[in-house]
Amino acid sequence: MAKTMANLPKLVSPLLQVQNLHVAYVSRAGQKSPALAGLSFEMQPGETLGVLGESGSGKSTLAAALLRLLPANGKIESGAVLFEGLDLLQAEPGALQRIRGARIAVIFQEPSLALHPMIRIGEQIKDVLAAHESSSRSAMRQKTLQLLGEVFPADAASIAECYPHQLSGGQQQRVLIAQAIACGPSLVVADEPTASLDPSTQQEILLLFRKLREKFGLSLILITHNPALLAGFADRVLVMYAGKAAEIGPAERVLGSPQHPYTRALLQSMPSEIEGHANQRKSKLAAIPGEAPNLEMLANGCRFEARCADRMELCTKREPAVVNLGESHAVSCFKYGE
Amino acid sequence: MGLSHDKAEPLLIVDNLEKVYASRGVLGTRKEVIALQGVSFAIRPESTLALVGESGSGKSTLAFCLACLERPTSGRIIFQGGEITALDEEQQRAVRRQIQLVFQDPARSLNPRFSSLDLVSEPLLVQGRVNKREREDRARTLLAQVGLPQEKALQRAEEFSGGQRQRLAIARALALEPKLLILDEALSALDCSVQAQIANLLLELQSSLGLTYLFITHDFAMAGHLADEIAVMERGKVVELGAADRVLRQPEHEVTRRLIAATPRLGATVHAPQVG
Amino acid sequence: MRYFLHRFLQATFLLVGVSLLTFLFSALAPGNYFDEMRLNPQISPETVAALRAQYQLDRPMPVRYVRWVNSLLHGEMGYSFAYNSPVAPLLWVRARNTLLLTVIATLMAWALALPLGIWSATTLGRLPDRALSGVTAALLVIPDLVLALGLLILAVRTGWFPTGGMVSVGYENLAPLQKLRDIALHMALPMIALVLSALPLLVRHIRAAIADVLSTPFLRAAASHGIRRRTLLYRYALRAAANPLISLFGLSMGGLLSGSLIIEVVMSWPGLGPLLLEAILARDLYVVIGGVLCSTIFLVVGNLVADVLLYLADPRIRTEVTAR
Repeated sequence: MAKTMANLPKLVSPLLQVQNLHVAYVSRAGQKSPALAGLSFEMQPGETLGVLGESGSGKSTLAAALLRLLPANGKIESGAVLFEGLDLLQAEPGALQRIRGARIAVIFQEPSLALHPMIRIGEQIKDVLAAHESSSRSAMRQKTLQLLGEVFPADAASIAECYPHQLSGGQQQRVLIAQAIACGPSLVVADEPTASLDPSTQQEILLLFRKLREKFGLSLILITHNPALLAGFADRVLVMYAGKAAEIGPAERVLGSPQHPYTRALLQSMPSEIEGHANQRKSKLAAIPGEAPNLEMLANGCRFEARCADRMELCTKREPAVVNLGESHAVSCFKYGE
Repeated sequence: MGLSHDKAEPLLIVDNLEKVYASRGVLGTRKEVIALQGVSFAIRPESTLALVGESGSGKSTLAFCLACLERPTSGRIIFQGGEITALDEEQQRAVRRQIQLVFQDPARSLNPRFSSLDLVSEPLLVQGRVNKREREDRARTLLAQVGLPQEKALQRAEEFSGGQRQRLAIARALALEPKLLILDEALSALDCSVQAQIANLLLELQSSLGLTYLFITHDFAMAGHLADEIAVMERGKVVELGAADRVLRQPEHEVTRRLIAATPRLGATVHAPQVG
Repeated sequence: MRYFLHRFLQATFLLVGVSLLTFLFSALAPGNYFDEMRLNPQISPETVAALRAQYQLDRPMPVRYVRWVNSLLHGEMGYSFAYNSPVAPLLWVRARNTLLLTVIATLMAWALALPLGIWSATTLGRLPDRALSGVTAALLVIPDLVLALGLLILAVRTGWFPTGGMVSVGYENLAPLQKLRDIALHMALPMIALVLSALPLLVRHIRAAIADVLSTPFLRAAASHGIRRRTLLYRYALRAAANPLISLFGLSMGGLLSGSLIIEVVMSWPGLGPLLLEAILARDLYVVIGGVLCSTIFLVVGNLVADVLLYLADPRIRTEVTAR
């Protein structure tokens, strides 16, 4: 039963609303290390949102926090995550369990570590189905093979009998994707799904995401540190820096004419296009000076100020508010308003 | 930044290198894996050769053979005019000073409990520079060269960020004043903006210290930016070799074309799948 | 298969070695069974010498060893001087009694340790875990002897349990159901003692193994799929933690014949323990060797079983073995 964009119910409200999310990690000694410091954004149904962030931006914390799957020392301090109207952060454990895997699916980093090493692939997919449906064993077996068929054009049956360590990184990633779509979720969150893969495998996985997104009408959040992956793939891009949103807007605008100094600097630091100019070869790249800030020791003011080419006096005084630039493009920077 | 040594002898010549791994099966059957087959290329001094290939193509095996960590099954490696493949252990030690490796994952190749000063002076200790004062001075110079602030000298490696650790790995590799630096996917695990910083560092060091690089990667964009020449490997063989410009603009081999097409790029149009 | 052949050969070598060493040490230690008799003025030295000759204690040691191995291969384990009977049937009865006790105690200990260990691991650092850790620490520190004696005192004071032996007087006259009840009552105390002494180590290991697994990425991934808590714990976590636990289980099995000695002696349970103790004190050579050999066989078999289970449980070991 394929859900296409055409027959989705016309929801007035967004699919996902993250409001002022604060998450920190607390060490044994009680020391707090903030990871998300007031992140807010919205997502419409059927949309693909690319979350662009480097290490320390809090992107992986976001993926875990959405379904309240932070490690033992992680604490959600405040904020709300509204999914189809329900605040996930306040939901009862029973309700949360029904949503996990069935309405929202998260694919975490490192496919080789995300599968149980001693259970066969087919079983692991069946377990996802069994957690949310109560069909007969043969029906679930059928569905398992069907799901594997979606991600593996050939040998679905023999893959089902394998153990994770017998598969390559790309194959493991496909299995994770099959698990994610097993119960027909509306939202799939993928955290760096191509990070450890070869370029051609990377390309295959992205193509697979495209295909599935078309076929099942999925809303997708793709988290990555590589802007090039989002070009031509995401509808909108959210740029994260130091635990907050720096910029959000349509992909062509954020990647094509970025407004936030960080986004601009990030995109400029990448080597030029492959067919690019020969005289740029071996020239110095426009790298962003300095390092990502240590979130435990932040002074007042904009978090990017120390490394910003456009910094002003005001930037050290307080943090910039969100400025709406129109056409659902927003940025947190004093250059565009107070 | 041109190549002023067109007529100079290549720093490194690899001639028909082969590496075969043999293993015993359960019933005594022999299984052979051919990791490298007929690999030949040369690197000019103070230039960069990028070696591009996917996993299983043999790039890392090649790196290990060149760094004298593995013995090739057949073929020759000629470094600075002298053949090093047939040398014994003792003689190879001397050569190893000249060829250093930097790995992809600094978290695994650096002892996290050592301070950065210790890590960088360790090679000096191993190669017999006994004077402690001398070692420390040299280590501090190296840290400065790679852009690590002196305050961090006593900090332990585990407290460094990914980019800083990679700088540390480079400093450590430079301790013995090598001529050739083999960078095995050294940038692949880093964030994009950090890759730019380290790439700049590498270029700077190349011109100030006269280093030669073998840059192993699967990222064509960065290869295109850093390299003078590009070699493409697949399944143990070099399938294409030539000037960087030429390989990128007019790839001849199908594998090269495929890899170039698979490289994600910012300027992509909205709906076109990137199958070349 | 080659893997198992290898392990089997290793086991056999071990057994041979142990038998040799036991024989050596027992026979080399000064004195022998008949020394007691020599002290008795009523028995003439010639009689003693004749008895010694009859039992072949005057032959050189290698000869005795070879004869013993020979008889072993014929299914006999030598002769007991004290009981004046072949060793094998003697051992068999006692070993059976011991096994009755220890098998049930081991099963019970594991059945209790698993949920306790898992509970501890899931509440790591919080009150239930800390309380349990305290209790297990206390139990670890208390010697088996003290535990056994404590329980005996309890039995005497309350009269709920018999204070020794396996059956009451007049056992033979009881109806089958009552016989069962009788044995059960007698078994209760030694079993409680065994369970209490085995529990702390098991709980701690299980806790550690499960706690390790709980923080792994694949468990978090499974949780993200909405897999229920119970399935997560017992199907996912326990399976992944199985490796060290299977080895532990092998050790548990290995100790079935040997781990209960003190408790059997103190509580007068007619098992292998008291027999072995008596035999050592009386220099009853072949009983000692036979007993030690039995215990060793169990130990070795226990390890072998653990290896087999490990092979079956962890597919990574399986494919690694065949790929070699």
